[in-house]
Formats: sequence, C-alpha cells, structure tokens
Amino acid sequence: MKAYSKKFLINLYKTMVRIRLCEESLVEPILNGDVRCPVHLYSGEEAVATGVCAALSKEDYVFGTHRSHGHYLAKGGSMGELIAEIYGKETGCSRGRGGSMHIIEPEKGMIGAAPIVAGTISLALGAALASRMRKDKRVSVSFFGDGATGEGVLYESLNFAALKCLPMLFVCENNLYSTHMPIRECRSNLPISHLGKPFGISAFRVTGNDVLKVYETARKAMGLCREGRGPAFIECMTYRLRGHVGPDDNIQGTHQDIRPEGEIAKWKRKDPIPRFRRYLIGNAIAEKDELASIEQRAQKEVHDAHAFTKNSPHPKESDLGKHVFK
Amino acid sequence: MSSNSRKLQYSLAINEALHQMMAEDKSVFLIGQGVKSPWYVGNTARGLLERFGPERIIDTPVSENAVTGSAVGAALVGMRPVVVHPRMDFMLYAFDPIINEAANWHYMFGGKLPVPVVIWGIVNRGGEQAAQHSQALHALFAHIPGLKVVMPSTPYDAKGLMIAAIRDDNPVVYIDDRWLYQIDGEVPEEIYEVPIGQAAVVREGKDVTIVANSYMVHTAVEAAERLIRDGIEVEVLDMRTIKPLDQELLVTSVKKTGRIVVADGGWKTCGVAAEISSIVTEEAFGCLKAPVARVAVPDIPAPASSVLESIYYPDSEKIVQAVMRTLSNGKDA
Repeated sequence: MKAYSKKFLINLYKTMVRIRLCEESLVEPILNGDVRCPVHLYSGEEAVATGVCAALSKEDYVFGTHRSHGHYLAKGGSMGELIAEIYGKETGCSRGRGGSMHIIEPEKGMIGAAPIVAGTISLALGAALASRMRKDKRVSVSFFGDGATGEGVLYESLNFAALKCLPMLFVCENNLYSTHMPIRECRSNLPISHLGKPFGISAFRVTGNDVLKVYETARKAMGLCREGRGPAFIECMTYRLRGHVGPDDNIQGTHQDIRPEGEIAKWKRKDPIPRFRRYLIGNAIAEKDELASIEQRAQKEVHDAHAFTKNSPHPKESDLGKHVFK
Repeated sequence: MSSNSRKLQYSLAINEALHQMMAEDKSVFLIGQGVKSPWYVGNTARGLLERFGPERIIDTPVSENAVTGSAVGAALVGMRPVVVHPRMDFMLYAFDPIINEAANWHYMFGGKLPVPVVIWGIVNRGGEQAAQHSQALHALFAHIPGLKVVMPSTPYDAKGLMIAAIRDDNPVVYIDDRWLYQIDGEVPEEIYEVPIGQAAVVREGKDVTIVANSYMVHTAVEAAERLIRDGIEVEVLDMRTIKPLDQELLVTSVKKTGRIVVADGGWKTCGVAAEISSIVTEEAFGCLKAPVARVAVPDIPAPASSVLESIYYPDSEKIVQAVMRTLSNGKDA
C-alpha cells in the first residue's frame, strides 16, 4: 500500500458520501413528482468520479454524460447549484435551462455533461487538441458508459486521439447495462478496455468500486497523458444501485428494475462507500465518530442545497429566448 | 491600384480571410479533410500549411463526426476553430456535434459557455456527381435554433463573412458553392467583416423583387439583365445570411415592388424559399399584388446524367418565367 495522507483519504470518503447523500436526497422528490426532469442517479458509482477526479488538477477538463452528478460534484461543482438545476431554478448551474442531464461548471473545469450517448467524447477530444496546441499540459477527461461503445464516434475519437498523441483520458464507466440492455447483449464479450489495443492506447481495467484503485489507475493514466504519451483508457467495473433513470426504474415512474435480484444484492455488498469505510477503519486511518461527523456535514450540505433551491426563483417567462446566442 | 479596387477570386478571398484571421488570432485553426490537398478544398487553403504548420492546419482521417466534435470541443475551451467539409453531403455524419452539441450548448447551459466554431460546408454541384456529392443542405441547418447560417455569393462577402463567422461567439455554418470559386470581384486587402444577418440590395428595381442567396444571386442578376431589355426593372436582394434572415430589408423591398420571386439552390419543400415566402406573407401580405413565386431545386435527388442535370438546377430562364408569372398576377404569361 502506498502511503497517502490522512487528509487525502478522508477527502475521498467525503466526496463519495457527498455524492451519495445528494443523490439519495432526490429519491423522494422524484417519487412525489417535485422533481420532473429525468434524473439518472449515480448511487453506487461514486468511486469512479471520486477516484478519477482526485487525480486531476482544477485546470483539467471533464466532459460527462446523462449520469454526471458525481462528475460535477467530484470536480468541484456546487451542490446547491446542482439541486437548483434539477428543480429548474434560475440559480441552477445551467440557469434552469438544462436540468439534471445538462450540468456545467466551467470555472472548475467541468465543461459540460450531456445525454446524447457518446456525444461528448469528441468534444473532450477537441479540448485535448486545444491543450496540445496551447501546450498548457491540461488533460481532457471523457466519462462515458458501456453503452457508448456501440457508437461509432468512440472509435473515430480513439483513432484521432492516438494519431495525434493527445492528452485525453477515456473513462468508461461499465455498469453492465446500456439502459435496459445487459451490455453482454450489446457487444462481443471482450473487456471494453481491449478497445484501446487496436489504436495502441494504454488501457486499464479496474475495480470501479474501489476508490483507491481507481485513483491509482487514473494517476498512472494521467501521468502518461501529461508526459505526451497519451491518450489513455480506463474501464471501471461498477454498478448502479438505482434504476437507469429515477430511483428504481428503467423508465422514471414505472418502478420496475429489470435486473436480477441476486445480481443487485451481490453488488450492494460491493458498495464503494462501506467498502472504503471498512478500509479507513480497518487500517486505523479514521475513527467511526470522525466518519460520522463527515456524514453529518454532508447531510447538512444536502439540506442547505435543497433550502437554497426552495428559496430560488424560477426563470422568468420573459427570458424564454435568452441564451440562444451569446 | 488602390486596395478598394483589387480583384480577387472567390476561393482566394476565403483563403485571404483564413490567412489574416490565423495571423491575427492564435486561437484560430483549420481542421478537416483535405486541407493539405491541392484539390479537395480548391485553393482556399493555399499557403496555410506552409505558413502556420500542421499544428494549426490539421488534415484529418475521414471521421466527420469526431473531427467536427473536436472542433466544437476546442471552441468550448476557448479556441476559434474552422472545420471544413469539402463536400457538405459528408456533414450529415456530423449532425450530432453540430446540432445536438454546438447549437444547443450555450442555451442548455444557461449561457455559461459560448461555442465560437465555424462549420464550413462546400456545395459541390454538377459534373455528374449525382445524389451524394451534389446536395445543398443549408435549409437543414437554418432550421436549427442556435446556428447561424451564411451563404456568401461574392468574393467580397466570402472574405467578410468568413471573418465575421470566425469572430462570432456562436456556431456559424458557412456554406459556399464550388460554382462560385472562379468568380472574380473586388476584395479589400485589409481585414473587414460583413455583418451576419444583413442582406444586400445587389440591383435596384421597382417592378419585382428577386430574393436569392449564394450562386442563385448570379442567376438572378442574369435574369434581371434579360428582363430589363423588356423594360422590367427587377430588384435583386442577396440574403447573404439565411439564418437569421434580414426580414427588414426583405419586407422593405417587397413593400416597394409588391411582387416577389424567391430563388434558392436548395430543394423546394421546407426550404429557404418557403421560409422567405412565409415571412413575406406574414409581414407584407397587404402589399402583395401577386402570389409569391418560388424557384428552387425540385424535390428529386440530384441526377448524374448531364442531360438530367441541365434541367435539374434552376437557371435564369426559370427565374424569368417566374417573374413573368408574378407580373400577370400568378397566371402563366
């Protein structure tokens, strides 16, 4: 085991807990109809965003997907602005024009998350191209799901990134499902990380629910990118503890999870947060009380985010057409 | 020779705009298929690679989706890319980055990030190239909120609109036509912009307004020159930008003449001519002395055989006939 500072490890825990509590705070509002926009909860996948973003600097770029609350929070986005966005408020990170699937915080390097599957991969490619031209050493990270491996633009982007040796990190969050379809029914049964090979891209497959493993792999991959030996590819094996969209649904409102119960139970036992908690306590890095107080502070942050949202105005009707053009 | 009367070929006017913008602003770069080929993009890229190097003049694999997306992504982090599609038919592969991403980004993120990208598509009609190498797809892009679409018809506008497009903070689809590349015209040597969204009166007249864009402006002028021999004074408007349309100049002209023929190099159904016709009906109905007439490409894929090609693309004769029809209040003359 490498020696990490206690502060660093505690921060990983804190980030994962903040994401989880933020996500879980949306369950009730979704079920009772207060939240109307489609919400793809990140519960269960926290170690991926947390581990990867811990290996980034503030200047590095992140591009996300429909399921990006975790990326946004781990990259430094404000929880209040996230919740406000999900409620369609003017104070939201996208001023209520985007909703849960379109979140952004350019000042923290979160350049945007958008739900067209694989649609932001080529945008991250362009940000990496810009970094190379400006020689500013920034790395561009593209988060995408296993379902995105069905889109041709991924392969175009892998080729172009490899061809130009771009500082780009491809992060595939393999949660085993492309919406309702088991990924094994979508593609030939080879590890997704093998996709790097034909392009000569360094690729890694990692236990996505182990935040330290994710971090260590991301740091190695980021090193390659910063040294001009990019791009790099990481496949993170993970699982969503909630539905594709909404708390327990394949379609928000149907309350049906089409995944086998045994499979869900198995992955609940691999939940990245209790897992890291056991690690912290087992290695005498933190006491139970200390972790409990982190959880309480995160709960307070969630509470404050909802209160901020409640007190925030909706966009004005007269501003419907605002922001079409700059 | 003063700079104001210098003549330059249309394609070289684009080339000059690219040279000047790249020299002026380090964030400008050119990316796309064929930018270092001597024939792919005509001579529009002449001397760029030698002057600015392969870091900023990026010839690419045939990957329109990723390459266009990369231009959009670079724009999101502060660059001003120009991405070229030497045949705009291939731009269809890039609908996602153009429409879902570039056009929506500023709005769907509440104005947090602008997208200063130029998406340049070249129409390659004629030459028996048939359906997949000849399409003029500007109306598709004009339909999309968040995109501006320019279609210069002269060397002067080709340069000025390219400069304006590069400097614009929004995604601009710049569409030109290979049939225009050899046309000479006056082009100032200095850097100047032609404002996006501003039409121009190419020729004044009092009897009928012909509204056109891109190559059809030249066809319209040819028609006007024939009609003047019969004493019919045609006003020709060059829209120059098809999104947003210069409604003011359009309506002003129609109010003056009371008759309008819309000439467009795209298909008739749901095309630019249909849009202009609707605007005139909504805004100037009371001034119309005859129904609006449209001259556009028929709703048929482009044929290969030159025999078919010659009747497929609208010529000045078709415009003359349309003008005569409006002069007889919609009845065949």
